[in-house]
Amino acid sequence: MNDLWPTIWFILVGVLFGGYAILDGFDLGVGALHLFVKNDKDRRVFLNSIGPIWDGNEVWLVTGGGALFAAFPEVYATVFSGFYLAFMLLLVALIFRAVAIEFRSKQPMKWWRDLWDASFSVSSIVSSLLVGIAMGNIAFGIPLSADHEYAGTFLRLLTPYPLLVGVTTLALFTMHGSIYIVLKTEGPLQVRLKKWVKNTMIFFILCYAVTTLATLLFVPHMLTTLRQYPVLFIVPLLSVLSIANIPRNVSLGHGFGAFLSSCAALASLMALFGIGMYPALVYSDPHPEFSLTIVNAASSVKTLKIMTVIAAIGMPLVLSYTASIYWIFRGKVKLDAHSY
Amino acid sequence: MDALALSRAQFGFTIAFHYIFPPLSIGLGLILVLMESFYYSTGKKLYLEMARFWTRIFGLIFAMGVSTGIVMEFEFGTNWSTYSRFVGDVFGSALAAEGVFAFFLESGFLALLLFGWDRISPRVHLFATSMVALGAHFSAVWIVVANSWQQTPAGYHLVGRPDGSTRAEVTDFWQAVLNPSTLSRLWHVYMGAWQAGAFAVLSVSAYYLLKNKNRDFARASLKIALVVAAFASLSQLLSGHESAVTVSETQPAKLAAYEGHYGTGPAGLYLFGWVDEKTGQTHGLAIPGLLSWLVAGKSDAPVTGLDQFPPDKRPPVNIVFQTYHAMIAIGFALIALSWWGLFLWWRGKLWDSPWFLKALVISVLLPQAANQLGWFSAEVGRQPYIVYNLMKTSDALSKTVKPGEIMTSLALFGFIYLLLFALFIYLLNDKIQHGLHMKVEQRRRA
Repeated sequence: MNDLWPTIWFILVGVLFGGYAILDGFDLGVGALHLFVKNDKDRRVFLNSIGPIWDGNEVWLVTGGGALFAAFPEVYATVFSGFYLAFMLLLVALIFRAVAIEFRSKQPMKWWRDLWDASFSVSSIVSSLLVGIAMGNIAFGIPLSADHEYAGTFLRLLTPYPLLVGVTTLALFTMHGSIYIVLKTEGPLQVRLKKWVKNTMIFFILCYAVTTLATLLFVPHMLTTLRQYPVLFIVPLLSVLSIANIPRNVSLGHGFGAFLSSCAALASLMALFGIGMYPALVYSDPHPEFSLTIVNAASSVKTLKIMTVIAAIGMPLVLSYTASIYWIFRGKVKLDAHSY
Repeated sequence: MDALALSRAQFGFTIAFHYIFPPLSIGLGLILVLMESFYYSTGKKLYLEMARFWTRIFGLIFAMGVSTGIVMEFEFGTNWSTYSRFVGDVFGSALAAEGVFAFFLESGFLALLLFGWDRISPRVHLFATSMVALGAHFSAVWIVVANSWQQTPAGYHLVGRPDGSTRAEVTDFWQAVLNPSTLSRLWHVYMGAWQAGAFAVLSVSAYYLLKNKNRDFARASLKIALVVAAFASLSQLLSGHESAVTVSETQPAKLAAYEGHYGTGPAGLYLFGWVDEKTGQTHGLAIPGLLSWLVAGKSDAPVTGLDQFPPDKRPPVNIVFQTYHAMIAIGFALIALSWWGLFLWWRGKLWDSPWFLKALVISVLLPQAANQLGWFSAEVGRQPYIVYNLMKTSDALSKTVKPGEIMTSLALFGFIYLLLFALFIYLLNDKIQHGLHMKVEQRRRA
């Protein structure tokens, strides 16, 4: 019973970061693909497909960070100080990404636009990779000391398994973004983009297979909870089904169905990640007993209850107006006087 | 330099740079709501043109605020992880609440504000603009709560942990949120933000009038902003007084440093001066008894001096004294400027005074300077503590981050922020010069 509130917040923090992955995932993916369209008008279509919503999407990361601080301060403190240089790089990428979107179309010069196009795309790719590498590290395990401090070096974070998860995350976001951009475009551009969906899909499914295999072979602790509660096998099953449903929808020409399947794939993969981690938030390797878990890393039950009230009041509002705003900006991108 | 000096420099630099933008978003947000309300109630195209132009400026400012703000959300963990472990149970909730109640609201409705002009009705657009402004105001609530708790912690107890460390845990959420300095600080921050927004609009409008450009637009913008500026500047005087009284009750060492007041006893208020920290003497022009009268109601009431605190528990005195007094001087200048403007308006001479308009053009810098100086005084005045009387700044650092790493990130932020600032000024100037009528895409074809 002592674990109830920390478990609830383990799930809610996962929901926030999952929301980030689903929502910012597609706009990071659009960014990763941005340089592959060459002419100015097409690039503006790319930018404006995410123009009104990317900012709100990124708030899921900021709020997830705040919730992590509030609910699991030990994790917030250990991970961000331990991954110091990597996080500084992520922050720089997020800064450049934000200003690139805002600055890019404010001047007509070609060099200006090329510069911000490159900045937007590179920072999207770097952000996706770093988010994945961080997840790979906390799953694989990082050296922690008894007092919860990171005991490794910067290079210790760049081992093969985290790098593989980083590339897989990039592949997943790129596929997700390519499916999204097809929904927002029309005419010859859309015909071209549909071909990209196939390529990004193949790339992701390959990465997914390799990561799954690597996890089974080298990160066996990710399977402990699944073995303990076999009913949870429904989650990996759902993720396989939703991933399989993407190519099916694409070949049927159901763009929106493919996008929903891609969202479901992201959600179920995040859930699978959470199940694999539980009850740990950061694995310690080589001393698993120093892992940060819902027991030794959480805030007091009182704080977790307060946070639950805040979430219960705030999040229904957030979801309802976010949905309304997505609805208002539905349909194909039309460039007008207010566009980027 | 050691890790402490570097981390303090980095936090100070990144927060100071970030804090150029949120006050502008808050103040300009309010003015946008006013302009759009006038459009909605009168139907005059002029107000729509104004709202659209200032919205484009707002978009640029907002982007700068968001991109530099995301750094702040994570910097407690990267550079101050020992602090984060100690306060997370209390402080983290405020940051999370800021995300849930403020950032989602702001950035969600920003989409409609910037891109929704042709998709939604004027009524819904006005609603969206109001939600963006409300979200900006909410964000100030939660960050001020977090900061005020550092200054005047309340509603917590200290709990020993199984691993031997100690941390603060919440006992009463509302006491922590409405701790003794929250409300006066929030009022002070809001007025500073309204001043920042209002004087920015005044500056650009006065510039147009001096250049004989966009006359009707500039006159109408200037009038709205002048009313906001005059109200906020006067209200700021009261909120400043309220804040100082709170400081005298809750952080006496800080108040003593503000006034360079060493010997406990009746205290004067310095107009300007210089503190010799070695001898513990302050030289300058003071009004005798005024500080005592302001904080305690009697000119001979004793005010706690720095002599009550051992030297290692005092903040740096002279620098706090100087920044605090510079802030106050600017505050009075802003009152004089805005009320002089109201007087000219009343006499029907608002447009005939080039000197006044020239003063307005440069006035945009003053609230910015006062906001920075005020925060500097408040935060340096809290030293040597990061959480007043509970945790020293020197005990709050991340243990695993090495000076070389902080040097790297500090240099990186220094370079990037200077670059961003130059680009921001360039684009802002470009919008002011051309932005009113011509779109970039039209200029491109021309």
